[in-house]
Amino acid sequence: MVDIGNTDIDALPVAEVEEADLYHAKSWITKYVFSQDAKVIAIQYSGTAIAIGLVGLVLSWMMRIQLGFPEVFSFISPEAYYQFITMHGMIMVIYLLTALFLGGFGNYLIPLMVGARDMVFPYINMLSYWIYLLAVLILVSTFFIPGGPTGAGWTLYPPQAILEGTPGSDLGIILMLVSLALFIVGFTMGGLNYVVTVLQGRTRGMTMMRLPLTIWGIFTATVLALFAFPALFVGAIMMLLDQVLGTSFFMPAIVSFGEHLEYGGGSPILFQHLFWFFGHPEVYIVALPAFGIVSDLISAHSRRNIFGYRMMVWAIVAIGAISFVVWAHHMYVSGMHPAFGFFFATTTLIIAIPTALKVYNWVLTIWRGNIHFTIPMLFSLGFIVTFLNGGITGLFLGNVVVDVPLSDTMFVVAHFHMVMGVAPLMVVFGAIYHWFPLMSGRMLHVGLGKVHFWITFLGAYSIFLPLHYIGLLGVPRRYFELNVGGTPADFIPASVGQLNAFVTVITLLVGVAQIIFFINLFWSLRYGKKSEKNPWNATSLEWQTPDMPPGHGNWGPELPPVYRWAYAYSVPGFATDFIPQNVAPSTMPGLENIEDG
Amino acid sequence: MAQTTETKQPDRWEGMADDWRSDQRTFKNVPWGKAMMWIFLVSDTFVFSCFLIAYMTVRLSTTDPWPYPSEIFALSIFGTPIPLILIAIMTFILITSSGTMVLAVNYGYRRNRFMTAIFLVITAILGASFVGMQAFEWTKLIVEEGVRPWSNPFGAAQFGSIFFMITGFHGFHVSIGVIFLFIVARKVLRGDYDTGRRGFFTSRKGNYESVEIMGLYWHFVDLVWVFIFAFFYLW
Repeated sequence: MVDIGNTDIDALPVAEVEEADLYHAKSWITKYVFSQDAKVIAIQYSGTAIAIGLVGLVLSWMMRIQLGFPEVFSFISPEAYYQFITMHGMIMVIYLLTALFLGGFGNYLIPLMVGARDMVFPYINMLSYWIYLLAVLILVSTFFIPGGPTGAGWTLYPPQAILEGTPGSDLGIILMLVSLALFIVGFTMGGLNYVVTVLQGRTRGMTMMRLPLTIWGIFTATVLALFAFPALFVGAIMMLLDQVLGTSFFMPAIVSFGEHLEYGGGSPILFQHLFWFFGHPEVYIVALPAFGIVSDLISAHSRRNIFGYRMMVWAIVAIGAISFVVWAHHMYVSGMHPAFGFFFATTTLIIAIPTALKVYNWVLTIWRGNIHFTIPMLFSLGFIVTFLNGGITGLFLGNVVVDVPLSDTMFVVAHFHMVMGVAPLMVVFGAIYHWFPLMSGRMLHVGLGKVHFWITFLGAYSIFLPLHYIGLLGVPRRYFELNVGGTPADFIPASVGQLNAFVTVITLLVGVAQIIFFINLFWSLRYGKKSEKNPWNATSLEWQTPDMPPGHGNWGPELPPVYRWAYAYSVPGFATDFIPQNVAPSTMPGLENIEDG
Repeated sequence: MAQTTETKQPDRWEGMADDWRSDQRTFKNVPWGKAMMWIFLVSDTFVFSCFLIAYMTVRLSTTDPWPYPSEIFALSIFGTPIPLILIAIMTFILITSSGTMVLAVNYGYRRNRFMTAIFLVITAILGASFVGMQAFEWTKLIVEEGVRPWSNPFGAAQFGSIFFMITGFHGFHVSIGVIFLFIVARKVLRGDYDTGRRGFFTSRKGNYESVEIMGLYWHFVDLVWVFIFAFFYLW
């Protein structure tokens, strides 16, 4: 940097631009409903995402009671079962996790953590939420239309997705695709805001390498989403045309019910490529914010600076970049050339390097730290374990020769639920327990939180460990029923049925136990212990606002200056074990010597 | 700050590294709106790339012969069919509109309200005539030659599907551009960008950056057309 020869240790570069003026709500409706405040939008996003996520949870129960107790519940027909599978997958991956991490946490934390008053374009940010809500409503509406929602599986593979015989192949799939396209439009509006705010809207002294890792995770995930969602958008439009206008983009010549259909000459594999060019980065769109957030939780709750900050940043960026060249590992059994299998297996295994680096760094951050077993810390530790577990089975499935026999078995289900279901949800819960005081001014109840953690963590393992085993035995996924004429198919041992019943019971229990969390949430909102400012003694900017919860515009008359990185925990020689980013060096001797990681 | 000592101008790479490790803004002197438009355009590039790659895949996967573009896209003028004449004119018009857009941006920088608005309107009219000619081309293909999204008399059904989809998606982009060109032109002419009048929806103060951001979008739409033109009409 240019040395301006200034001896003042508090000196920061001057503000480059004058502040953009903020929209001030004039009525209750513009303040809380059609709000342009990123914090309100964040809560709207989170509320909607969690609400639709609960629908997804109930759908998983429906599937589990069919698998655990086949031929007992007559209201679950094979068609309904496929609809449950499809909607459960779509809801959880896109409408819950993507929206919650980027729309929810992104909106709340980005302006606060980079030291901005709001997103750069609050109006577009508001539109983003309302389009997302519309997409969710269209998705929900498919439950109530004739034929019901689509039952094509969450990957929506053509040709079966739009052919008669698949549930919801008419209006169901049309509305699903419309909803996806709308989601992408809405997300793009929000995503552009997040990226530009991080790049161009930081406060004085906030360099990219002083950003908390939460912001790095959300920022990189948003960039991935902006470049990956277009492929899904194009795939959705083309399938929509196939279904509505009778074009044959994805449809080969087909004989259905003894009749030659009008279709011919299309390529179903093309859809798989478009879908997974989106679908694989999507895994990291969910995982990278989780990586970022958990880094901050671990650092703050073990009172230690994050180990290898720069490496953590580069790992996030590297994972994001490599995730664009691994997509065909979802297609090993699609009949592709072995040379491609070799290529995609190699890239897939390479991605394990930066990922493993992150896991080591989390463990090394905790190593000899002053660990506080708070609820966020418990969930963070739970995340490391589940993520490690899910990641290692990913190495199995990334190899072509191991993947082929395991493809489409319960092992795959167990793997991705571990790595992109349970692990990110651990972070979601940890993050809510961590930032709830900031949003509400009250603490969540610790006892209830611990009960919630242990049930969720042990429950998740009780559900998904047996599924690995069942999968290794060769039990296929997406099967409505494993019995043939009342007795199990001969390649399936009888014990599978008992395990399935066990898993189902645990699933119901863990699902119901989430009520504890919601009771805690709503009870604490009203009656929880009042939180002092910065209850976790964290260093990052979001806790340094003049009011808590932060008011409109986040900061007082002046934006906070930033003098150091976000991980000045337990710095030797100081009375406090944390030094917030905005504490001026002149206030304590020796502060100017703290170096960024 | 009165700094008189001349500092050595860092070379380009050093300068870029300095910008990336500095605070506040990564892209110095780039306003928010402009940064946002650039990133949106990269994202939109992915959309069009996926469309064009899908087109190439489908053209390879279909078993029926692909129609000859120079015959289908020929236009009979005074009884002689001239291949690609309509599309040549359309392309010429769209490229020309990029030129008028540049002039509008230039006059915007000079704060020449009247000339900026004039060139914005000319650009919009050129864009609208492009869309009009596209409508004419579609009508000709649909009504006279019997091309449909699901079939056509010349060969592979995918020809019509992909043609209507991609040119339609591009035409949609042009139409949106034309609408916004008129809106920006009206704002320029009314002096919104000189007085900093607040936007109706956003309640943000307007300024001449909007003209340049509009220009970015417009050049992008033109650039995309060059690729669509090459892939559809020349392949």
